[in-house]
Amino acid sequence: MTIRTARRVSQIFFVLLLVWFCVAATLGDRFWQLRGWPVNWLLDLDPLAGLATLLATRTLYAGLLWGLATVALTVVLGRVFCGWVCPFGALHQFVGWLGRRRLRSKLRVEANRYRPAQRFKYYVLAAFLAAAALAPLGSGTLLIGLLDPLPLVQRSVSLVLLPLAERSGALALSPLPRFYDGAGLIAAVFATALALNLWVPRFYCRFVCPLGALLGLLGRYALWRIGRTGEGCTGCLKCERNCEGACRPTGRIQISECVMCVNCLDDCAHGAIAYRTRPSSEGESLLPDLRRRGFLLSAATGLVAAPTLRLGAATGPNWNPDLIRPPGALAEEDFLARCIKCGQCMRVCPTNVIHPAGFEGGLEGLWTPRLNFRIGTSGCQHTCIACGQLCPTAAIRPLSLAERRGLQSFAGRGPVRIGTAFVDRGRCLPWAMDTPCIVCQENCPVSPKAIFTREVFTPVRATAPATVARAEGSRIVLQGDTLVAGRFGTGDYHVLLPDGRRLRITANGPGWVETEPAPGPGTPAGSALAVQIRLQQPVVDPRHCIGCGVCEHECPVLGRRAIRVTAENESREPHHRMML
Amino acid sequence: MPVDDRLSRREFIGRAAKAGACLLAAGAVAYSTHDPDGPAPAAAGPQASALPDFAVNAAGRRMCIARGEDRVRNLRAGLQGVGGIEAFVRRGDRVVLKVNAAFASPPMLSATTHPDVVYELARLCFAAGATSVVVTDNPINDPASCFALSGIGEAARRAGAELVLPEERLFRNMTVKDARLIRNWPVLLGALAGATRLIGVAPVKDHHRSGASMGMKNWYGLLGGRRNIFHQDIQTIIAELAAMVRPTLVVLDGTTTMMTNGPTGGSLADLKETRTLVVGTDQVAVDACGATLLGKTAADLPFIAKAEALGLGTADYRSLAPAEVSA
Repeated sequence: MTIRTARRVSQIFFVLLLVWFCVAATLGDRFWQLRGWPVNWLLDLDPLAGLATLLATRTLYAGLLWGLATVALTVVLGRVFCGWVCPFGALHQFVGWLGRRRLRSKLRVEANRYRPAQRFKYYVLAAFLAAAALAPLGSGTLLIGLLDPLPLVQRSVSLVLLPLAERSGALALSPLPRFYDGAGLIAAVFATALALNLWVPRFYCRFVCPLGALLGLLGRYALWRIGRTGEGCTGCLKCERNCEGACRPTGRIQISECVMCVNCLDDCAHGAIAYRTRPSSEGESLLPDLRRRGFLLSAATGLVAAPTLRLGAATGPNWNPDLIRPPGALAEEDFLARCIKCGQCMRVCPTNVIHPAGFEGGLEGLWTPRLNFRIGTSGCQHTCIACGQLCPTAAIRPLSLAERRGLQSFAGRGPVRIGTAFVDRGRCLPWAMDTPCIVCQENCPVSPKAIFTREVFTPVRATAPATVARAEGSRIVLQGDTLVAGRFGTGDYHVLLPDGRRLRITANGPGWVETEPAPGPGTPAGSALAVQIRLQQPVVDPRHCIGCGVCEHECPVLGRRAIRVTAENESREPHHRMML
Repeated sequence: MPVDDRLSRREFIGRAAKAGACLLAAGAVAYSTHDPDGPAPAAAGPQASALPDFAVNAAGRRMCIARGEDRVRNLRAGLQGVGGIEAFVRRGDRVVLKVNAAFASPPMLSATTHPDVVYELARLCFAAGATSVVVTDNPINDPASCFALSGIGEAARRAGAELVLPEERLFRNMTVKDARLIRNWPVLLGALAGATRLIGVAPVKDHHRSGASMGMKNWYGLLGGRRNIFHQDIQTIIAELAAMVRPTLVVLDGTTTMMTNGPTGGSLADLKETRTLVVGTDQVAVDACGATLLGKTAADLPFIAKAEALGLGTADYRSLAPAEVSA
């Protein structure tokens, strides 16, 4: 087996591993579901996620320690991660190969020439890290997840490719195919990044990828590296024909740009290229020619990014009440200092209620988790803690069930609230339309229920006057046929008698109503028949409401729901407190 | 020398023929697909008109009220009291158990059919010779979570029964004869395909809108679509559901009853040990008996009178002379 074949096997393995982890992030205990599969492992291996959250929070959370393995690998062997491990890199390489496999050698060499613009990715890295570094001072933000390749590819597979596969019928991971609000933009970025390979191979890796830049910096002292041996070279340029990193193996090699694709080793028929400890005979550049001006400009951009974005006060007084975060999410500024937008919470949510935000949380909040109660199989189930258990950076803290529900040692604090439900009395059927309903009350899952009802009896709209002729048995007979037969027999309608008694109507014909109990005397002939409907009007008790949104999900007013949750009173933000 | 750039005759004819073919093809496509009237208003698609009759007519109307602490022993005694499961399930029968798995809630909170009852009933059906037992419901919360948390999924697996989740493909539109509400509405018919017996297994629960959630209301879980609009006329929909289904048996488990905060419950404080399980062929009578566990009478629950008026059973369950046994 050539070393190139070994590299291909490794790349295919890691792409399949990514897909497998995305599939296995399904709540359940079947072999292919989340039952101990290390579904965060590829994200954990990403040292950029580790470093950026370390800068932003001054701590390295749980599994992100795995990033050290990648750092060690890179420091010793160079950017092996990019060429052998990164699934996004593998996809770029594959698309680039598809587009160029029939091209003449000369054009391929031209496509793989080193370009000074490759330094741009270092500026991206500098800007993102500078923005993150200020977070502990309250004026930074973690934006790395927008372009960090592992979160990017993970969310693209989880939120775009898997749902498409489910929709096509090829896969059935959940009883209903999944929806993801805003998946279009994620798909557009993913597809654009892949399509750019048709212009320049590994476009993303060469010009954009901040992780590649970080690994390039780390790999500059690699013990072994690719280089010219100084013997046998005929200048055939075959080594540059398939060079993925565009690192110029024939000339003064750019060490930081080499992604260790090892194509040159296999392609050189003259033994002129080797992977060894001695430097290349043609000389080495450890880094692209970074300009101080560019570097300072990008770092400065990062430093002012968060303060500028926050001029809109979205994390302050102008917070968006429609931005409902998952249970356990940290206070907004702390949350934004950790979330890498990987989509794991959205993938694992058993009710499909967590979605990638658009601009509800401002530019900073793009693709961060947001609850949408109109989509999904239910609201946020208060017996579920999956999202926080999976979150690789603890932007959603891993809650225990006891903490989420306010049991045992958490009884004093009460359950975790993610918002509060508000009845829209202009849209609610019992409030606005004289129609019984209270589906919200029925489905409220907490005990005692956070939705209670007020019973009222309201006169029904009479289309024609109905006048009592006489009472006989359980029946009140009317003068003439003025009623719609059957209309009042639902069990909700009542007759209010002049003596103040209220009788439930059990059935009616055009000229009579039957009641329970029987009308008896007190039903004088000639009096108008007063029909009332019994309504139970829902009222929210904010002391018990946890904002789970089950009521909003079930509300039969489907467009703009008649009961809606907003982030008021959420536990994570003390200054969103609403109640005394 | 001037170039002769005139079209040759041969070329002209070739080009004209191709252009003509293009025009002809476009014209043919346009003509054959031309729709001068535009789309017609949506019509009701094909739909089922009735469920099979699952009742065992030879068994007649039977009912048993079993009392005791232990729900499984109550179930066994209750079934004995109606003549044994063998009177209803024979060799080769394909049984569906319609449980109430509405909420993602653990069994101890009694918001769902207890898994021990599901397991025992499925086991008894197999022992009586059933070739298959299907356990199904279309819950309110996320289906997978409901069957997992309620323990019903595990109980079904343990007993060798098949759990059928309410996938979209299992629903077919249906209109119940003479019904006002269940018209052209999706019903979980796929879960009943091929079944010869249908047993409803429900807990007894408080329900603020209808008064009680028991055996007849349990059929709500066969409906799909945005079924909660039926809450606007809850008493009628429960009676229509009872008219839609003619079950082999109903099992109403009131060993523990949810007295308050129903139908979700959520706290042990909402529950009361009422130590009663009712088995019967007459779902109206069984619910009328169940009402007493909630401290109500049949007259407090309009859906019982409505179902009785539709000729589905009797509200006067005493008239069936139910066997009363202690387990």
